[in-house]
Amino acid sequence: MSELGNIIEDMIERLLTDAVDHAVLERAEAGGWDDELWAALEDNGLPTMLAEPKEKGGEFGWPEAYRVAVVCGRHALPLPLPEAIAAGWLLAMAGIAAPEGRLGLATGDGLVLDGGGVRGRLKRVAWGRHLTHVVASVSGRVLLLPLEGCAVVLGDNLAGEPRDDLVIDGVAVESAPGPVGWGADASCQLGALLRSAQMAGAIATLLDRSVAYAGERQQFGKPIGNFQAVQHMLAVLAEESAAAAMAAGQAFAALDLGRDKDFAIAVAKVRTGEAAGKAAAIAHQVLGAMGFAREHPLHFASRRLWAWRAEFGSETDWAERLAEMVIPQGGDRLWAVITAAQQDGET
Amino acid sequence: MTTHFRFDPLSLPREAEALRGEVRAFLADSLDGRSAERRADTWTGFDAGFSRALGARGWIGMTWPRQYGGGERSALERYVMLEEVLAAGAPVAAHWFADRQSGPLLLRYGTEEQRCQLLPAMARGEIYFAVGMSEPNVGSDVASVRARAKPADGGWVLNGAKIWSTFAQFSHYMIALVRTSGEAKDRHAGLSQVLIDLSAPGVTVRPIKDITGGEHFNEVIFEDVRLPASAVIGTEGDGWNQVMAELAYERSGPERYLSSLQSLVQMVAAAEGRGGDRLRVAIGRAVAHVAVLRQMSLSIAGQLQAGHAPNLEAALVKDLGTSFEQSLPETLHDVLGIEPSLSGGDAERVHANLLQLSPCFSLRGGTREILRGIIARGLGLR
Repeated sequence: MSELGNIIEDMIERLLTDAVDHAVLERAEAGGWDDELWAALEDNGLPTMLAEPKEKGGEFGWPEAYRVAVVCGRHALPLPLPEAIAAGWLLAMAGIAAPEGRLGLATGDGLVLDGGGVRGRLKRVAWGRHLTHVVASVSGRVLLLPLEGCAVVLGDNLAGEPRDDLVIDGVAVESAPGPVGWGADASCQLGALLRSAQMAGAIATLLDRSVAYAGERQQFGKPIGNFQAVQHMLAVLAEESAAAAMAAGQAFAALDLGRDKDFAIAVAKVRTGEAAGKAAAIAHQVLGAMGFAREHPLHFASRRLWAWRAEFGSETDWAERLAEMVIPQGGDRLWAVITAAQQDGET
Repeated sequence: MTTHFRFDPLSLPREAEALRGEVRAFLADSLDGRSAERRADTWTGFDAGFSRALGARGWIGMTWPRQYGGGERSALERYVMLEEVLAAGAPVAAHWFADRQSGPLLLRYGTEEQRCQLLPAMARGEIYFAVGMSEPNVGSDVASVRARAKPADGGWVLNGAKIWSTFAQFSHYMIALVRTSGEAKDRHAGLSQVLIDLSAPGVTVRPIKDITGGEHFNEVIFEDVRLPASAVIGTEGDGWNQVMAELAYERSGPERYLSSLQSLVQMVAAAEGRGGDRLRVAIGRAVAHVAVLRQMSLSIAGQLQAGHAPNLEAALVKDLGTSFEQSLPETLHDVLGIEPSLSGGDAERVHANLLQLSPCFSLRGGTREILRGIIARGLGLR
C-alpha cells in the first residue's frame, strides 16, 4: 500500500470525520450544498487530484483516488467529490483544459453531437443543480458541457442525493477523443468504478457500526455480540466488506497496472453491488429497531448502498457485460480468459 | 479490533507468469482425454502416475531447499502452478498433503534425518502423506483428541484412532495430533504431532465409503504401535500451536474457491450459441466472484510471502471461497435445470459429481462454524 495513499487517506479521513455529521447529512438531504466543506476539499486539492494524473506525469493516480473514494463512501460525503476527480481525469486525458467551477460526471447516453453543438438530456446527474460543468462521453469523445442556462429537472436518489436531469439544447461544447483504450461509455465505466469504491466504504461503515452496537447492546444479561447467531451474521458481514474492498480495489489497480479495465470494472460493480444488499440486510438485522429509526445514522449508509448499486448500471447489467467477455471464448478457455484479464500490462 | 480489511492487489512477478505457460502446456498434454467429471474431482482425484510426472517437472516441493529435493522457487510461483493444476482439474490428491502441509512441517520441525529421508521422495511424487486430526468422537473440537502416545523404551507406544484421513489407504505416512502427556481436561497442553509409518505393525487402515460411493477417507486404528523417539515433530507438548499455524497457512489457497470451477465451465459451454438472460447473468456474476476471490487469495499469498500472518483475512477468504464453491452447483441447477446423472452428457456428469462433493467443501480444513467463530474473535466479539 503506497505511502502516498496512506497520507491522502489520513488527510481526508480527518477532514470528513470532523465535518460530516448527522446534521450535515440531514441538511444535505433537504437540498443543501455545503459551501464550507466543498471549499475545504478544494483547499486540499482533492477535486482536482487527477487533473494532472500520473499518466501525464502528475503525482496522483487511481490507487490514491481509490483511497479517497472509499473514505467518501465511509462518511456518506454529501458532495460530488468522486465525480469531480474522475471528470478531471477524463478532461486531462482528452487534453481539454479544466474550467473553474464545479465539475460533474454523467453518462452521455441521452446526448447527440451535432456539429460543434450538442443536444439531448443528461439523466440523473449527481448534484446536477449545483454544478457549473459536466463531463460526459459520447461516441468515444469526451465532452465538456457548460451548464449555464440549461434547464434542470430536479430529482434525487433513495438517499436524497440530488440526481437531476439536465436538458441540453444546442450548447457549444469542447470535445476531444477519449483516452486510448476506452470505449464509447468511458464516463459510465468511471461512474461504476467510483460507486464500487463508495460502496466498499459504506459497507465498512455498516460493519463498524454493527460490531460496535453488538458489543454495547445488552439483552438477556449480556451483549448481543456474545450470541453465536449474532457473531456469525457479523462474520458474514465482515466477509462481504472484505470482498467489496477487494472488488473495488482491484478495479482501481487495474487502471494503474494496465490490466483489462473493462473486465475489472464490471467485476467491481457486480461484486460490490451484491455485497451492498447482503451487508445492509445484516446490519439492519443486528441493529434491530434502533437501526430502523431515522435518528440513528445507519440509514445514511444503507440507503446509499441501495441507491448506488443501481446507479451507472446494476449487477445484472455488468454481469451481462462479463458474460459477453467470456461466453464467446467457450468453457474450455474460461480460466485462461480470467487470468489474462487480471495480468498486469506490459508498460 | 480490525474491521477495515485491506487486501492490496498483488502483481505476480514475471517469472511466475512465465511458469503459467509451462504448466498449461504440461497439463494440456498429460490431461488429454480426462473426462469432465473426473476433472471436477480436483484435489480429491488420486493418481500416482500424475503425481510422479508433476514431481519430475519439479512442481512438488517447489519452494523447498534444493538439498531436500526442492526447487527453491518463490511461493508465488508455487501459487501459479497450484491454481493452474486445480483449474484444469488435475488429480493432485496423491501428493497434495505432502506438498501443502507435511513437507513444510518437516522442513520446519523435523530432524535432519527425517528431512533427508522423506522430503526428496515427497518432491519426486513417490511418497504420500495423510493427515490425522479428527477422531471417531472428535471433530471440530480438535483439542479433545484421545489418541495417546506413551513413553516406552526410549520411544513411544501409540494407541487410539484417527478418522476422515483422506487417502490414508494409499499413503506411506501420517502426521497425527496425539496426546503425549496430561489428560483430556488439559486441552491444548500436552498434545504433540507425531510421524507414523502407516506400514508399521499395529496400524489398521479402514476405508470409509462416502456419499459418492467412492473411498476417499479412512479410519486409521493404532494398537500398540511403536514409534521411535524422533517421531515427535517439533516440540513435545506444542502440537496444538503447530497445528493451528499449519491450518492458517492452508486456508486461503486457490483450492478454497476452485473446487467446482467445472460447474461454471459447463454453464459457459451451455451458453455458447444459446442461453437466455438468466444463464448469462448467472455466468457474469459467478465470473465476478471468481475474479474477486482470486485477487483475495493472491493478496494473502503476497502477504505470506512478505512474512505477515494474515490469519483473520485467511479465515474470511476460506469461508467466502467455500460458500462460493458450494453455490455453483446450485446455480447450475437453477439456470440449466438438468438432471444430475453420471450416465448423462458432460454437464450432467459434472453436476452429479459436484453436487455430491460440495457438502465437504465447508467441512474440510475447519468447518464454516469454526471459521466464523475465528472471524468473530478477530472482530473482537469473543
